[in-house]
Amino acid sequence: MYKYDHFDQSIVDARVAEFRDQVNRRIAGEITEDQFKPLRLMNGLYLQLHAYMLRVAIPYGTLDSRQMRMLAHIARKYDRDYGHFTTRQNIQYNWIKLEECADLLEELATVEMHAIQTSGNCIRNISSDQYAGAAADEVADPRPWAELLRQWSTFHPEFSYLPRKFKIAVIASPEDRAAMRLHDIGLELVRQNGELGARVFVGGGMGRTPMIAPEINPFVKADDLLSYIEACLRVYNRYGRRDNIYKARIKILVHEIGADEYRRQVAEEFAHVKTLGIDPPLAELERISAFFAPPAFDAADVEPDRSDPDFAVWLDQNVKPHKQAGYAIVNISLKPIGGIPGDATSAQIDVMADLAEQYGFDELRVTHAQNIVLPHVAKRDLHAVWQALREADLAHANLDLISDIIACPGLDYCSLANARSIPVAQKIATRFADMDRQRDLGELKLKISGCINACGHHHAGHIGILGVDRKGVENYQLTFGGSGAEDVSIGKIIGPGFDEDGVVDAVEKATEVYKTLREGDERFIDTYRRVGLEPFKEAIYG
Amino acid sequence: MVEFRYRTDEVTEQPSVTLDAFLDQSNATAVRLEPDDDARALIPFLDRLTLIEVAFPKYRDGRGYSSARILREAGYTGELRAQGDVLVDQIAFMRRCGFDSFAPEASLNPEAVARALSTYDQFYQKAADSAAPVWKLRHG
Repeated sequence: MYKYDHFDQSIVDARVAEFRDQVNRRIAGEITEDQFKPLRLMNGLYLQLHAYMLRVAIPYGTLDSRQMRMLAHIARKYDRDYGHFTTRQNIQYNWIKLEECADLLEELATVEMHAIQTSGNCIRNISSDQYAGAAADEVADPRPWAELLRQWSTFHPEFSYLPRKFKIAVIASPEDRAAMRLHDIGLELVRQNGELGARVFVGGGMGRTPMIAPEINPFVKADDLLSYIEACLRVYNRYGRRDNIYKARIKILVHEIGADEYRRQVAEEFAHVKTLGIDPPLAELERISAFFAPPAFDAADVEPDRSDPDFAVWLDQNVKPHKQAGYAIVNISLKPIGGIPGDATSAQIDVMADLAEQYGFDELRVTHAQNIVLPHVAKRDLHAVWQALREADLAHANLDLISDIIACPGLDYCSLANARSIPVAQKIATRFADMDRQRDLGELKLKISGCINACGHHHAGHIGILGVDRKGVENYQLTFGGSGAEDVSIGKIIGPGFDEDGVVDAVEKATEVYKTLREGDERFIDTYRRVGLEPFKEAIYG
Repeated sequence: MVEFRYRTDEVTEQPSVTLDAFLDQSNATAVRLEPDDDARALIPFLDRLTLIEVAFPKYRDGRGYSSARILREAGYTGELRAQGDVLVDQIAFMRRCGFDSFAPEASLNPEAVARALSTYDQFYQKAADSAAPVWKLRHG
C-alpha cells in the first residue's frame, strides 16, 4: 500500500483548506451556485435529486482497513449509515450536507484520502485490476504505475479544463478485469526483452457513443510514460471537440481523425515534450513500487474442508486462485438478492475492514463490478472469513452470475437519469434467486444504466439494459453481446424496448434460449456469439 | 483591463492584433490568440513579441492553458496575458502554465487572488513555472 509522505499530505491538506474556503464563500452568499458549481464539481460534490452527493476517490481501488473504517465512520456520521461503491472503484455518499462537507474531507485526509478530481472535466481517479499483486497472470503489479499517474494528474495545471472528463485504467495481465479498453486511455503493462513498459490504448469509452480504444503505441518505456501521456492529453486538450458536449470525449477525436493520424500527432508532440524534463527519474517509480512489495506470505498450502455445502459453493464461486501457494483471493459480493448493487452499511464496511486486518494483510480492493476483494487470504483462514461474512450478510456466492448486477444509481438518486435502475436489478435478482439456477446459467454479466451516459456499463454487459424515457414512461432497451473483458465488445440493441416487468421476462426468455442452445461449457456470451441474435429475438418477440 | 501583473517591465502600449493580422503584416509586437488559434504559428516570431494575449471566452474552454505552455516551452519570455472569463480559482493553474498577467472580464478580489496563489506550495508535476516538482524534491 502506498503511504503518503509530507509532500502528499500537504497537498491533500491544502485542498481541504481551499474547499472549506470555497464552501464558506458559498454559504455566506459571496458566490452564487453558478460560480460554486465548477468548484464543487472539481471535488466530487454533485447536487442530485434530493441532496448533495459526494464521491470519494479510492485510487486504483486499493485501501487498507484504517481507510475502510473511515469510510464506515463517514457513512455513520455524515450520511444515512451506508455508502455506495461505484463502477470506478470509488465510493459515493448520497445524503451529504454542504455545511459538513469540509469537516468530512478533513477527516478523510487523516487517513490519506480525498475527493480530488472525482468529477469535473479533468483526469479522474485512475482505475486498475482488483487482483493486482495477487493475480497469477500479471507481469507486474500495475499499481505503482497507477500511483505515478495519480500524482502526475493531481492538479495538473494544463489539463484541468479538458473538453470532457478523462478516465485512465492500468492493468498488467492479459486477462482484463478493469474494462481497460473502454477507458479514455487504457494501459496494459507488458515486458519486452525483460523491460517493463506499457501498451497504450486511446479513445475507448461507453456513454452514448461506445467505442473500443485502438492501440496507439505498442510499448512506452517507464521513463517515457508521463511525457507520452502528457502528449496524448495535449493533443486532446487542443483538438478535442468543444462545440458539442456529446462529442467532446477523446474517443470522438480519435475516431474522427483516425487512430493513425492521432498516433502521428501524439508522436510529434511527444518528441517535443520529451525534451522538457517532465519525467521523474526511475528512482521515483522504484520508491513507489517498494510500497507495493508482496506481503510476507508464509501459510502452508492446505485445501479447505469442503464438507459444508454452502461454504463449498462460495469457495467455487467467489474465491479465486492466488499467485502464491497457500493463499486465495476472496471476492465479497455486494449483491444480495433484492438489494441495491454496490451498497454497504457502515457495519458491513467495518466487518470487511476487520477481516482485512485479521486475515488479509490489511488490504482491500473495490472492483468496477461494485464488489469488494480481500486479495491475500490464507487458504486455512477461508472458512473463518466465510463465517464472519455470512454473519454480516456478505457471503452471497454469486460472483459473475446473473444476480451480480452492475447498476448505476438511476432515477432513484441521479439528476441525469431517465429511468430507475435499482428496482430492475432487484427484480431480476429476485427472479433468479435460486442459486442452483444461477450457477447452472454460469458466468452472465448483466449491467444496467438508467440513461444514455452508461454509468452502469450496459454496453459491456453480456446482457445490457438501458433505461430511457419514452413519453414520460420508463422504457428499457435490451442489448446482448457486450464485454468489458479481454474479449471486449459492444452490445447490440436487440429490438423494441420493454416496461419494467417486460424486461425481466425478456431476460428470463434469453436465458432459456441459451440453456437450450449452449454447447459444452459455453457461457451465455459464447453461445450468443456463435448463434447470433435470431433465436433469442424469436423467443423474446416471436 | 489588466488587473494583476507579475512582471516588472513596462506595460506594452501597442494594442494586440489577431493572429491572422499578425501573420499578414507582422510588425506588430502584441498579438491576441483565440482558443482555436495554433500557438505554434507564433514560434518563429517570439523574440520580437512583447505581449501575447490569450483569450478565454468561457472559463471551461481550457485550450489557452496549452497555448501558454507551448509558448513558454518555445522560449517566449514576454508578457503572457490571460484575458476574458478568468476566475479566481483558475489563476494558480494559469500561473503554472506561464501566464504572468491577467485581464479578467469580471473584476477579481485581490485578497482572494493572493489567497488562491498561496494555497499550494507543493506541486506534483513540472510545468512552465519555476516550481520544482515533488519528485525532484524527493530525489534531488
